[in-house]
Amino acid sequence: MTATAPQSLATLPLGDDALILSQRLGEWAGHAPVLEEEVALANIALDLLGQARALYAGLSDVLGSEDEIAYLREERAFRNCQLVEQPNGDFAHTIVRQLFFSAYQQPLYARLAPVLPLAAKAVRETAYHRDHAEQWTVRLGDGTEESHARTQRAADALWRYTDELFEPIEGLEVEWQELAEEWKADIREVFGRAGLTVPQGPGKDAWAAGAGRQGLHTEPFGRLLAEMQHLHRSHPGATW
Amino acid sequence: MTSVTSPPRGGTAGAEAHGGPGAAEPGGPEAEGALQEAFDAAVAADERIEPRDWMPDAYRSTLIRQIAQHAHSEIIGMQPEANWITRAPSLRRKAILMAKVQDEAGHGLYLYGAAETLGASREELLDKLHDGRQKYSSIFNYPTLTWADVGAIGWLVDGAAITNQVPLCRCSYGPYARAMVRICKEESFHQRQGYELLLALARGTEAQCAMAQDAVDRWWWPSLMMFGPPDDESAHSAQSMAWKIKRHSNDELRQRFVDICVPQAEALGLTLPDPDLRWNEERGHWDFGAIDWEEFRQVLKGNGPCNEQRLRRRRTAHENGAWVREAAAAHAAKHAARSAS
Ligand SMILES: [Fe+2]
Ligand SMILES: [Fe+2]
Repeated sequence: MTATAPQSLATLPLGDDALILSQRLGEWAGHAPVLEEEVALANIALDLLGQARALYAGLSDVLGSEDEIAYLREERAFRNCQLVEQPNGDFAHTIVRQLFFSAYQQPLYARLAPVLPLAAKAVRETAYHRDHAEQWTVRLGDGTEESHARTQRAADALWRYTDELFEPIEGLEVEWQELAEEWKADIREVFGRAGLTVPQGPGKDAWAAGAGRQGLHTEPFGRLLAEMQHLHRSHPGATW
Repeated sequence: MTSVTSPPRGGTAGAEAHGGPGAAEPGGPEAEGALQEAFDAAVAADERIEPRDWMPDAYRSTLIRQIAQHAHSEIIGMQPEANWITRAPSLRRKAILMAKVQDEAGHGLYLYGAAETLGASREELLDKLHDGRQKYSSIFNYPTLTWADVGAIGWLVDGAAITNQVPLCRCSYGPYARAMVRICKEESFHQRQGYELLLALARGTEAQCAMAQDAVDRWWWPSLMMFGPPDDESAHSAQSMAWKIKRHSNDELRQRFVDICVPQAEALGLTLPDPDLRWNEERGHWDFGAIDWEEFRQVLKGNGPCNEQRLRRRRTAHENGAWVREAAAAHAAKHAARSAS
């Protein structure tokens, strides 16, 4: 097991994924389509925030406190994939983003469980997130003409950010190709039940998507960070 | 909780007298009299009234109005605090705040559920909120301008809510009383977390301390107004007291709240913005200054700083969610049809 333990910064991309998606989901508070979803989206956001904090805690020797990691890094230092930073859009957009991400994160955590500081609890949490997203994808895909169209549009728009998920993260010993195939099969299966078409285009545009792991992000990310960090940065050295 | 769409609206058909066997057959005016007597006796004996029990129409409608207003306050109350989720200055505070706002949504769910046991559907109550026929607590018509406001809301607004709501745990209507037990437990967490947030600011930098004081200055008086108008002007109080829906008068609860807050403010090292605040040895309570009831009436009338914004945001969320709710219903119907065939 020690042989495959992640190298010092290998878990940073996972922590950043969790933090940034949590931040996006937090924007839904007070805006959800039904009260039950206020609770569910907040639940997922809280789980992800907890995962980010656990992963950051494992990096404190190298990067400092969790708040230094979250609030004091510049945009180019974040290693999250571009999928999670994409704006919420409508509910269909948020659900498809969640499906794409949790169908990746859940099997990834399951594979890494023996060597990650957050392990078993996070695997259970992500299984719930995935189930929630799958159920909604099927409901929306199958529901009405409008919900079907919105969900298909969301899938088409977000597809280009999916190949990046399987770019090997240095220091994590994972069969990335196998993970990618499993993911595609899962998405095909859920889309089949939902009556949705799996997008055909490339999962990664040559010029745009796919560099989040190298610290290259999309325009909306700068605004997300500005909002998240401004108060903390306005009071240097203060404790909260 | 199942959704009850066609309730026994105070009618006698199918109703059971609280007294159980031997109660009068429904139908005539004597029967109604016997049911009323059994109801009165149950309330007098501090027994719980349950959804299937007979109850006077006015009791039912008073409860629906009060529970709905309470439920609406929970969900509108999410807005001023959700305003700070994305900007919370530490990850720990962000997690606490997210959990708190989520709790408020949960409170909304329990309370709409309690109202459903009286025959009022969530859909119908939300419509009444959205078109202004039902109200929510006026306190949420004030803005959260700084991070310290999150602390002030927890300490003062959740604190006032607890003072108001703890007696409701003994309310005569069972489902409401039970919902309040769960809610009060969580509200007291919120109150402590708010206090702790303010304490961190008060002990922090000069700027943080000033932020905390400013928030308390703005939230103190509106919090006192949360207990409603003075007793001699309170429209519904007497009947609600008789029905044991309400257990203490507005002024009693307000005094209790002031007495709790004064020493807490002192411990925080913050000042309450009332020069008339002083200990009254004779009464054994803190005297406090006159409340600006004109401000209260204005905010209640819709002229507070955020009335328009809060309601608009609520309506927009509901309208934007319409296609999602329709899709869920359509899928459920198709699914049911497919599994039937
Ligand atoms: Fe609440
Ligand atoms: Fe609360």
